Amino acid sequence: MLLFFLKKLIWAVATLIFASVVVFLALEIVPGDPAQVMLGINATDEAVAALRENLGLNKPAIERYFSWISGMVVGDFGRSYTYSVDVRELVADRIAISLPLALIALALSTIIALPVGIYAASRRGKIADTVVMAISQFGIAIPNFWFALLMVYVLAIWLQLVPAGGFPGWTEGFWTALKSLLLPAIALALPQAAILSRVTRSALLETMGEDYIRTARAKGLSKRATLWNHALRNAMIPVLTILGLQFAYLLAGTIIIENVFYLPGLGRLVFQAINLRDLIVVESVVMMLVATIIVINLLVDLAYVWVDPRLRTRAS
Amino acid sequence: MLDIKNLTLSISGTPILNDVNLSVGAGKILGIVGESGSGKSLTALSTMQLLPDGSAIDGEILLKGKDILQANEEEMQRVRGQEISMIFQEPMTALNPVHTIGAQVCEAIRNSTDLSKSELETRAIETLEKVGLPVSRFPLSRYPHELSGGQRQRVMIAMACAQQPSLMIADEPTTALDVTLQAQILNLLRSIVDETGMSLILISHDLAVVAEVTDDIVVMRNGEVLDAGPTGDVLRKLNHPYTAQLAKASTHVPQRNSAPVLSAEQKSNGSIPILKARDIVRDYPTARKSLFQREKPFRAVKGVNFELFKGQSMGLVGESGCGKSTLARIVLGLDKPTSGNVNFLGHDLANVEGEEMRQARRNVQVVFQDPFASFNPRHRVERLVSEPLYLEPELSKSDRRDRVRSALSEVGMNDTALDKYPHEFSGGQRQRLAIARALITRPALIVADEPVSALDVSIRAQVLDLLADLRERLDLTYLFISHDLGVVRAICDEVMVMDAGEIVEHGPVTDVFTAPKSQAAKELVDATPNLERALANRVD
Repeated sequence: MLLFFLKKLIWAVATLIFASVVVFLALEIVPGDPAQVMLGINATDEAVAALRENLGLNKPAIERYFSWISGMVVGDFGRSYTYSVDVRELVADRIAISLPLALIALALSTIIALPVGIYAASRRGKIADTVVMAISQFGIAIPNFWFALLMVYVLAIWLQLVPAGGFPGWTEGFWTALKSLLLPAIALALPQAAILSRVTRSALLETMGEDYIRTARAKGLSKRATLWNHALRNAMIPVLTILGLQFAYLLAGTIIIENVFYLPGLGRLVFQAINLRDLIVVESVVMMLVATIIVINLLVDLAYVWVDPRLRTRAS
Repeated sequence: MLDIKNLTLSISGTPILNDVNLSVGAGKILGIVGESGSGKSLTALSTMQLLPDGSAIDGEILLKGKDILQANEEEMQRVRGQEISMIFQEPMTALNPVHTIGAQVCEAIRNSTDLSKSELETRAIETLEKVGLPVSRFPLSRYPHELSGGQRQRVMIAMACAQQPSLMIADEPTTALDVTLQAQILNLLRSIVDETGMSLILISHDLAVVAEVTDDIVVMRNGEVLDAGPTGDVLRKLNHPYTAQLAKASTHVPQRNSAPVLSAEQKSNGSIPILKARDIVRDYPTARKSLFQREKPFRAVKGVNFELFKGQSMGLVGESGCGKSTLARIVLGLDKPTSGNVNFLGHDLANVEGEEMRQARRNVQVVFQDPFASFNPRHRVERLVSEPLYLEPELSKSDRRDRVRSALSEVGMNDTALDKYPHEFSGGQRQRLAIARALITRPALIVADEPVSALDVSIRAQVLDLLADLRERLDLTYLFISHDLGVVRAICDEVMVMDAGEIVEHGPVTDVFTAPKSQAAKELVDATPNLERALANRVD
């Protein structure tokens, strides 16, 4: 088991190193001089030269790669040119929004999707199943920003239950901050929940057709007991896979929702940094996201092993 | 104990069972025999009321005089497990992989009692011990995947016995096991019946198994009971033509027109073998102990030597896990031996690559066990059968089509099959297609891995006839892998018995099967169900 974890960890580190090389090279081969790009076409030669020196662009690539990496290892992400602050601070501010938002959305989506999926599976072919699945189809089809706007209109403007957008900061009190994340979290969670509930349903239905389900029924278990005791855990593998993918998406792919709600999150940061050619910020945030996704995958792998004892044996 | 009267079943409008009548006495064993589609499994599932959706059922199923077809779902849940329990064919999939065997046996007991957890576990340990799984070697914390197929089937039996039901239904309980395990499981079932006075319904396609174990027999076909009575009576007299036909097919031996090809004679004649395997060893790496250390590799094949002569039919038998499939893969050039060499028509299969391997592969083709699984369901027959022709890229399109036609006609199928998909054929026809696919490169050697195990007896007899006929007409050599000695005896000249990676006995089939010398061969012969022997041993 420990060996399995160690092996996965080594792979994770290797992937991280490989990703860092790719990220570095990708920005290295971007056409043009980053300093020139950053300052725009009207910049003087001296200013460009000064910035080049400042950014360390005159040093050989290999040296720059290692100083970038070694900086990241000790937590020094460099300094954003456009924002004139340490990237670390900049990112920390954004994570304080994006991470809670992603976690709330993930929790919401799981809390909605699992019971709905299980319910639909247990009513397979009946009217309840058809209705629930039709709604989930709808949930997948509706663009989440449209749904977000609708919610803003109803809940924020009409009923005035929550703020329509913006983020006051965690310093304004936990509930106030949480309240302003609620609408975006719901907007993010619902389409994910729609997908996840369908995955749960189909995974459950597939397991319900397995031989060991028939065995459990032959023992005298009711259909419901069979579903809970025998099918559910076996159906969790595909559900966990999707959950892992969804979390990665929720963390970084939320740019549209962040824009709708005026949330200064990670997605917006990356988007702005790309527009402003703030390569240091782009590099750092991308690397951080890569690292997060690798960690999530590692957690999902461990969850597989927890769910399925067959993997435990293979792992040890 | 159980009386089924005028049972009629249809699923989504398709009639499945028609006026089935049968009964089992207390402490008796009833065998239900029939080919696939005869309705024997669905009769069992009707009794359990575990039928698929859309089933319409009519008639009476009397358990101790009470009609359980009238029972509601809640009452049925008490009947299942406590009154009637069931074990299934496939032990590999019939247990839940994520729960321990202890949890699964406890669950069966808990359903009928309200014992505390420790009492439950004591009962589970007792039950598992009864089926030959002592707690010292099989603690309750074991998971199904840590057990072999035979052991899993024992766990199934433990669960089925756990609530001391008055009737157990065993649906092909040993079909997925090899013969020695089959004999053990059948003995276990019989001893449980003797000890507990429970009744047993044994569903099987194998007349010999039924003849060995049961008191009474019911023969079914197409959802109807054709023949019934005391087993000895029915199988000795063979009054019903269908029962007679089944008995004949199950012991069918194809005609051998030319003399058997025996290795000893061939060697003294100075013939050169088409395949000569020398000191074949195959190691498989095992799991790592730590990051830098591996366990000693597992030696699946331990220095095997043998020869095949032109026109010879060589059987290769042994229990599962004895290394026979590994050896077959090496002969097919699909796997390389760790050491040793295989000389096949001048090519050393252990070392050749690329173009030379392709030349060699043309001359050796394979027929697999499962005619359902060995075809891509989305390809048409023409493409499926012509697939091995990639080994002969020089053929033109029309040549290829001609080759497919002639291969199909060799196996008794006509051109209308060309544009059909595999699902449009029956199991027997599909196995004919698999043979056509093997024949298309006009090979010298065909490796057949359990080619008739998945087929019903009457179809099996036809396919064996076809294989025998092709051998004579096309001068083929067969390496015939099977755990079914009856089949090997029917079609092979010689047989090699493999045990734990070694060939422990090798000789003409009649010698090996009538007077086996090695322990492994003796065990195999004793464990193989044999209709004649079973009938001779019956007391009734």
